[in-house]
Amino acid sequence: MKGNRLLLTLAAPVLAIVFAGVASTLALALTGNSPTEVFSLLADQVTSVREVLRTINRAGPYYVSGVAVAIGFKMNLFNIGVEGQYRLAGVIAAAAGAALPLPGPLRLVGILAVAMLVGAGWAGIAGVLRAYRGVSEVIGTIMLNTIALGLTPFLLTRYFEDDSEGFAVRTEVIPSGGRLPFLDALVPGGVPAGVRFNAFIIIAVLVGIAYWALIWRSRFGYDLRASGANPNAARASGIDAKRMTVVAMLISGGIAGLVGLSTIVSAPYSYTEESFLSGLGFTGIAIALLGRNNPVGIALGALLWAFIDVARTPLSAANLPREIATIMQGIIVLSVVVAYEVVQRVGQRWEAAAIAREVDDGPEGPPPTPEPMTAGARP
Amino acid sequence: MTVVNPETTAVATVVSEEELAAERRRDPLNRLPASVRFALYGAVFVIILTAAEQLTDQNRLTASNTWESALKLTLPIALAGLGGLWAERAGIVNIGLEGMMILGTFFGAWGCIEFGPWQGVLIGMVGGAVGGLVHAIATVGFGVDHIVSGVAINILGAGLTQFLNFDWYSSTNQSPRLPDVVGSIRIPGLHDLIGARLTGPSLLTWLAVTAVVLVVAAVLLKPGRLLRPSALADIARPVVLGVLGVLLLLIVIDVAPYLDEQERFGISELGRIVRGLTAEVSWIVVMGVVAFPLSAVILWRTKFGLRLRSVGEDPTAAESLGVNVYLMKVVATTVSGGLAGLGGVSLVYLFANQYRAGQTNGRGYIGLAAMIFGNWRPGGLALGAGLFGFTDTLSLLSGQATHALLVVVALGAGFLVARVLVAVVWDVVGAARRGAPVGPAVRRSISGRWRSAAIGIVGGLLAYGWFEAVDELPNEVVVFLPHLTTLLVLTFASQRLRPPAADGVPYRRGRSG
Repeated sequence: MKGNRLLLTLAAPVLAIVFAGVASTLALALTGNSPTEVFSLLADQVTSVREVLRTINRAGPYYVSGVAVAIGFKMNLFNIGVEGQYRLAGVIAAAAGAALPLPGPLRLVGILAVAMLVGAGWAGIAGVLRAYRGVSEVIGTIMLNTIALGLTPFLLTRYFEDDSEGFAVRTEVIPSGGRLPFLDALVPGGVPAGVRFNAFIIIAVLVGIAYWALIWRSRFGYDLRASGANPNAARASGIDAKRMTVVAMLISGGIAGLVGLSTIVSAPYSYTEESFLSGLGFTGIAIALLGRNNPVGIALGALLWAFIDVARTPLSAANLPREIATIMQGIIVLSVVVAYEVVQRVGQRWEAAAIAREVDDGPEGPPPTPEPMTAGARP
Repeated sequence: MTVVNPETTAVATVVSEEELAAERRRDPLNRLPASVRFALYGAVFVIILTAAEQLTDQNRLTASNTWESALKLTLPIALAGLGGLWAERAGIVNIGLEGMMILGTFFGAWGCIEFGPWQGVLIGMVGGAVGGLVHAIATVGFGVDHIVSGVAINILGAGLTQFLNFDWYSSTNQSPRLPDVVGSIRIPGLHDLIGARLTGPSLLTWLAVTAVVLVVAAVLLKPGRLLRPSALADIARPVVLGVLGVLLLLIVIDVAPYLDEQERFGISELGRIVRGLTAEVSWIVVMGVVAFPLSAVILWRTKFGLRLRSVGEDPTAAESLGVNVYLMKVVATTVSGGLAGLGGVSLVYLFANQYRAGQTNGRGYIGLAAMIFGNWRPGGLALGAGLFGFTDTLSLLSGQATHALLVVVALGAGFLVARVLVAVVWDVVGAARRGAPVGPAVRRSISGRWRSAAIGIVGGLLAYGWFEAVDELPNEVVVFLPHLTTLLVLTFASQRLRPPAADGVPYRRGRSG
């Protein structure tokens, strides 16, 4: 039985990789591109310091976004609104970072706090509406996304814009106390020209540890997972489902607030439409799915996603369509989702068969159905 | 392990049909037949728009071309929402509408360039339908979580189209211009059909006569009045009312230019709006508009539709009655994708004249919101989509025109308050007539309604204060006004929404025992 379980755990990722590989190869071959060329290009990327650094720099915000979405998923909440939460948080935190009268590194702490508060507040609206007004958080966060996407340029151009320089629309540049140092010195052999090692990855790692500790090592996390896995049982054991919904959205939004800070507390130290990364909220959904909501899994997902993203430049340079990258990402998500579903079904069937054997050997008891008994009971 | 349990993601608080009906009957306006009520709301809306224009010296709110573009901007959202309706009525949550729409834009453009305009429409719809089929296979066949599969389709749709576009047209973000798109027509009025030249006044007579005949027919043909209950009597009423309704519409279209010439409050504005909606309409708009009554009839008036909806309400019961649940779900989701695809085609044909990456701009999600806003019904969904489309149009206009929108909001809030007052007066008069004590009747009548009156007063004052405080509305704000409105409406109305009971619940054959 133990051996079977290990086999099943390994089967899903392997199946997903095989399926994604075959599907990508087919897609490439069908469109007249050489799969070997693309895959060898990707293989080269693993050994290039420049590309690895770019991958890690990109993966940081992806990871934070993935965790923000995953916190919602753990409670059966779908926070599509990370996009709006982190953008609004980004512009307000950038403005606050320049304006706050805080000494030295306290400024950095202040920026992080403002970002988390704004993100939490924005997501909290959806949480309250869901818990107390029955508004699906899917629709609530989608609407809040558009509102945030309108509010952000509004706030930027009318209230936060730094007029002193006159050209680019940007918030005032954050003074040195609010900046993260670069980690270039940590790279053996020094960083190649044009790339730096962004220290935002430290924030991402801290977020990951906090996520793990909160969800798997705290009373609150237990309640949260219980509410997500079986709302009725959770309610019966005295967990206030409405409060959990609101708190889960607040935490998810708080983490989401940090997503965009990689360009605020690191270069260029201000919010501009050009430098601020967009679309990370939606990427976070895919990455949370890839990582199965597991802190390490999300990290792998974020790295994989960033790795394929980074491949776009070498692909274009080699005269290959860079959209291959997007397709591969889509295929990977679908493969992972389907692979886990299939493996889970096989596992359930095995388990049912094993129980059936045990029962047959025993003296009495009704014969169980070979299918798993409950349609909705999913871990 | 599954990430999301759609059972809890797509659900507003569930209220039983009886409770809903009882609550509805409390409001005198809700006792009117739906068609009369909608006509009344429409009239109030035109009056509010006219009043707002006169208060602000604007004329864009009721201008013909404003409404022409509002109709065009409504269409993609409405079609995506209609797609969502088909899927969710069969119990499949379709968050992949955005991706299916994207497939529609690209394959529509490609089909048009390679084969011709009508072939393009068809190929675009097929492209969306294939997206729907993939969603159906993943959710029905493999039991994948509906939201997860939808998200994957959105990513895949965007990636695949950009990739194919690059491969076929060597551009990462846009296709070549379309050589030709489907033509447009002027929606014919009565005189086009009967060939007679009718003057304004005589049309008005026609209009009045038809309206009276319509009302009389509606009353007389009620079951058991004029005709004995029979199969024929069941069919007679909808057929007669339908024919008369179409005739009424034809006359209204015909009379619109004449109304426009009358310099009367509300009348000429109505004329302009009707002209804007009918003067030059692309065939693709006609297709989209026709899809609505067609879907309503198929889903609510045919055996197939009953089966499809039963699958969304209680698949196990449907299965035990011999309905092929899997087939229904697959068909519904494929149709859903086809409609979303048509929505994508309409974006290409009506606006850009080419495929562009990111063209859909979240309209699939908005369509889904419009559907929930409309309580999983075609009429409400069209209204919700219209709200988005109309505000979308206004955001294209000048700041002063949108400024007038604040007055519209204030007057709309005033109407909400007036409705409450009418309802309270109605209750009180009713109590007095029955000889019941008036005091408790007033209290009971107010108890359930003071909240919406308070919201109306506060909201109206806020909107009017805002109007007085600024000279024009910043465009960044106008862009999200419909979303803010949706959020507010859902906040105060969502308790009354009722999604299909088994929406998003995974189903596997043979569980009914």
